[in-house]
Amino acid sequence: MEFLAYFGEVFTPINFGLLLIGTIGGLLLGATPGLSPTMAVALLIPFTFKLEPAQGLILLGAAYTSTVAGGAVSAILLKIPGAPANIATTLDGHTMAKKGQGARALQLSFLASAVGGVFGVLLLIFLTPVLAQWALAFGPSHLFWLAILGVTVIGTLDSSSVVKGLLSGCIGLWLATIGFDDIMGAQRFIFHDAVSGGINVIAALIGLFAIPQVIGMFANGRRPLGAEILTVESHPISKAFGEVFSRLRALSIGTATGSIIGLIPGVGGQIAGLVAYDQSKKMSPERDKFGTGHSEGVIAAESANNAMVGPSLVPLLTLSIPGSPTAAVLLGGLLIHGIFPGSDLFDNHPDVAWTFINSMLIGQVLMCIFGLYVAGLAARVAQVPNAVMAAVVLGLAVFGSYSVQHSMGDVYVMAALGTGMYFLERFGFSAAPLVLGLILGPIAEANFVQGSMIANATSSIGSYFFTGPLNLALIATVVASIGYSVWLELRHRRHTAKEEAVAKNEATS
Amino acid sequence: MTDLPRVQHVIASGLVAAVGVSVAYISYTREPAAAFLFPRIISTVFVVLALWTFGKALLGQTKIGNGLDLEAMINIAPGLAVSLIFVFWAAQTLGFYTASTIASFVLLSLYDPAPHRELKTWIKRILITAGFLVVMYGLFARLLSVFTPREIFF
Repeated sequence: MEFLAYFGEVFTPINFGLLLIGTIGGLLLGATPGLSPTMAVALLIPFTFKLEPAQGLILLGAAYTSTVAGGAVSAILLKIPGAPANIATTLDGHTMAKKGQGARALQLSFLASAVGGVFGVLLLIFLTPVLAQWALAFGPSHLFWLAILGVTVIGTLDSSSVVKGLLSGCIGLWLATIGFDDIMGAQRFIFHDAVSGGINVIAALIGLFAIPQVIGMFANGRRPLGAEILTVESHPISKAFGEVFSRLRALSIGTATGSIIGLIPGVGGQIAGLVAYDQSKKMSPERDKFGTGHSEGVIAAESANNAMVGPSLVPLLTLSIPGSPTAAVLLGGLLIHGIFPGSDLFDNHPDVAWTFINSMLIGQVLMCIFGLYVAGLAARVAQVPNAVMAAVVLGLAVFGSYSVQHSMGDVYVMAALGTGMYFLERFGFSAAPLVLGLILGPIAEANFVQGSMIANATSSIGSYFFTGPLNLALIATVVASIGYSVWLELRHRRHTAKEEAVAKNEATS
Repeated sequence: MTDLPRVQHVIASGLVAAVGVSVAYISYTREPAAAFLFPRIISTVFVVLALWTFGKALLGQTKIGNGLDLEAMINIAPGLAVSLIFVFWAAQTLGFYTASTIASFVLLSLYDPAPHRELKTWIKRILITAGFLVVMYGLFARLLSVFTPREIFF
């Protein structure tokens, strides 16, 4: 119950003010189609430089939580999910809004998000210290395999192609080696002055997540958003309260599904929402009503995507391995303050760790309260033309990446990586494993070098890295994640080929 | 798969493979070898995966990624050109604030769906650009004290 000792820290004027700014700003950003939670958090990092570590994390954590929930506003009112995590919400939420029940759908969505989110953060509170102590038993070889696991799991599960996902991870790992070698001081891959000090992670994160979205907006040309905002009639909140808790099955399925999926690195909110929606539908006696504006659909999807937020930070805070792209961005936010997650965080900076986690708990409640009030404004923000969003995001990306080290080199790196990533994404490559490779590369290399030194002094490299139950378990997980993803891809390909053959037969007959 | 995405896949995967081969070549030829031990391991996996992807693209077996159609390319070209000029030349030469004002206004003019022949839409664009500049100045110059290459206003 150590977290209770730091609860008061959340309510100091500056901390609470930042929590409010992060929550309200996140709700507005989340509602804007095309602005993903990861990009919103990445663009916010430069604003945390002048803040204390705990304050910076409060701002980033609040933005992360509320952008996921804010995405429901545009999903419900505009039929455009603010983030991939809100795709399942669109299915019933927008139908409810079309029937004149937009306010009810929004209220159910925010209340379910808060319930799921609070449960997810409680899981984070109770699991993290236990796992952080367990992580003390990890040596260099285990940390090396964990870093590799982080890249391969995201590379295989988060990408549509296993090979391209792993290749993206390799590109990230290579980018991480650019600059001076830590042990011998040798220059590696310095092909331009801008990268002589290595690739700055924050500038890279901003570029990789913001610039592809800007270019994506350019690709739409002068096409208007084409979404009609639906009017929202008032609906008593007390009724929504009653309804959320009377739909306990959907709420518990959503919360449990989101929490479990959140703990698995690489499996994001999009999957949590869709799986919870699907499971609720299968287990509901009213399954025929799903898709026609049924409240259970909204409750299951929204409780799941917010329940995922807390557990998705468990691997980051305990093992230093970000389980999702947004967690990777949060790791960047921690590292710029010289704080390294893992047992060190809870032993040496418990105030930072617990204030951050507690703020996420309070943030869930604030998100629910303000979500209900700013939904109308958020829906208007969601209609801002792409041209304005592109100019704003580009400006923020340029100024933000420059402000990291006051270096034009970082701006060039940001723009080059972002532009390259947009084109790579068009060919099936993915930013998430690349970012994970970039962030986990130094961890993997440092532990590989340290492990090699220990191995040379005690045994051989082979026996040090490839024996022992923990090493073998981690290697087996790496192999299993790749094997499972290959099997999924092959199955999907067979299924698609079968469908194409049937369509071809039908066309010829 | 039609010819355009197939050619694009070959070019994209070919470029990635070329980077992979270059990284592997540098890793295996540069000294001190100990400093390049980790890059050697990565680059080996990198080259294998990149050549596999390139081979599949050459055989036309790439299923993931639709590439870019002509309309998207035409839409992207002016915006990308403005952005790259802004980042790689104007920001440092003209100053961040002047350059971002010009870039934002040009991007708004290029991509805003509002009609170009109405005076009020131009006034709106000017106001949005000015408002954006004020916010950026407040955030970066005042709040974060970021001193851009040619200082405030330039």
